[in-house]
Amino acid sequence: MLPVVLARDLVKRYNELVAVDGISFTVRQQECFGFLGPNGAGKTTTVKMICCFTPATSGELQVLGLDVRQHPRAIKAQIGVVPQEDNLDPELTVRENLLLYASYFDLPRGEAITRAEELLAFVELSDKASTEVEHLSGGMKRRLTIARALINRPRLLILDEPTTGLDPEARQLIWQKLRQLKAGGVTLILTTHYMEEAARLCDRLVIMDRGRILEEGSPEQLVQHEVGREVLELGLDGDNCEEVLAFLDGNLNGHQVIGETLFLYGGNLDQLWENLKRSGYNFSYYRRRPATLEDVFLKLTGRGLRE
Amino acid sequence: MKIALSYRLFKVFWRDFVVFRKTWLTNIMFNFLEPLFYLAAMGYGLGYYIPSIKGMSYLEFLAPGLIASSAMWAAASECTYDSFVRMRFQKTYHAIIATPLSVDEVVAGEMVFGVFKSVFYGSIILLVISILGLVRSPWALLIPFVMILCGLPFAELGMIWTGLVPKIDTFSYFFTLIITPMFLFSGIFFPLDSLPAVVQKIAFFLPLYHVVELTRALVLGQVNWNLLGHALWLLVFSAIFFYPPLILMRRRLVY
Repeated sequence: MLPVVLARDLVKRYNELVAVDGISFTVRQQECFGFLGPNGAGKTTTVKMICCFTPATSGELQVLGLDVRQHPRAIKAQIGVVPQEDNLDPELTVRENLLLYASYFDLPRGEAITRAEELLAFVELSDKASTEVEHLSGGMKRRLTIARALINRPRLLILDEPTTGLDPEARQLIWQKLRQLKAGGVTLILTTHYMEEAARLCDRLVIMDRGRILEEGSPEQLVQHEVGREVLELGLDGDNCEEVLAFLDGNLNGHQVIGETLFLYGGNLDQLWENLKRSGYNFSYYRRRPATLEDVFLKLTGRGLRE
Repeated sequence: MKIALSYRLFKVFWRDFVVFRKTWLTNIMFNFLEPLFYLAAMGYGLGYYIPSIKGMSYLEFLAPGLIASSAMWAAASECTYDSFVRMRFQKTYHAIIATPLSVDEVVAGEMVFGVFKSVFYGSIILLVISILGLVRSPWALLIPFVMILCGLPFAELGMIWTGLVPKIDTFSYFFTLIITPMFLFSGIFFPLDSLPAVVQKIAFFLPLYHVVELTRALVLGQVNWNLLGHALWLLVFSAIFFYPPLILMRRRLVY
């Protein structure tokens, strides 16, 4: 099957700054593909190039089989974009926002009206249809932005940090809608710096930092491969870090020190922990927990995601 | 780079118009009241002390000029403050260029809406002064078309500024250095014959001067072939200044 997005050696440079530094990736049909990374990693720039907002400095980029340089109109007609910041028309009502957006895609009026009602039902805003956008909550605006991006029945929906700034309940609802869309056959691309979001939604993802792709795979694969099943967090007491590591003698998948905390990525954590207890080292706290994507990121970059 | 313009630019005009329909009653008051204040203060107040200008009362002399200035202010403020708010704060442009529309169409559509505002406000002032009995000739019915020629240059000049300014406060320079002097020295308040020849030559390069000449002549029924010259001047100006805003805005939005 033809890939939905194909990028090869994609570069975006702003004068001195290299925002995207030669990345290659493929997004397959009907998957949810994630770009995970801290602010400034190059996620948004990559997405902007896919949306035909920003021309690439060099490299190849095809969306739905079309070259972004040659066919921006044809590509934009078939994709939906949910931007990081809401850009609805605040003076207009919820329904008017959808109808106006439909007109940009040359949707006939009758079809636009039907489609708008369907989408309002889908994002659970039917009872707000006649409310002006400036009176909606943040979560409602997000849902409306998603509905608006779906007005042209896109084959690919691109979401740039879709739940940033939303409360947990609003976030859950958005996730639920996105899963329904995927089940309905829409390919999703999303950027996020929320581990949980990436883990729950993405079939595959790339971890980005400083314009480069560090690792690629499914969330489970990445965690399993890079970190293992579990993590042992130890609160360091003074500077006995080197000693502890020497004591463990490489019996690990890896480790990372962030501030006062030592993260141990385990092979056999049971055995490891028994040994440490007997060793007599002092730790201000310890915690054993399942490994997450955050650990993958920490291990790969030595930094947290939300710095 | 190739300019990407199509019929789609009218969708942007329509978007602005749909929003305008919701807010026009509140907006119209300011645009409508200001020229009336000028008419009252200058026309009645100052006009009382002025015997007559070129065989007409000062009020009659002033009124057609205010049609032109209202139209100028309407297009100039639409394509500066209002466009900037949509671009920077409401991110409307980004919402639209995520659809098949191009940046060029967004900018051109915004300018077309600026022209519409010129026609709209100019025509309202024309209506008001004709109710006040200050319109002498049916030629005045052509004024809405003149307002198109007035709206284009000022929509373009405003949009050039919008393509350049770092922040919204910087628009005051545009109004203080370009729009206000034009308002004062284009023959609205006094005939330019009274000024030194150099100033009269400079006035020839001000778009508003040509608009004022056209509106006054049509309101008073003093129609002659010179008017075509003024119209042509405005057309040429509009044609020259059509592309710069597209190029500047593209530089600003596509990076």
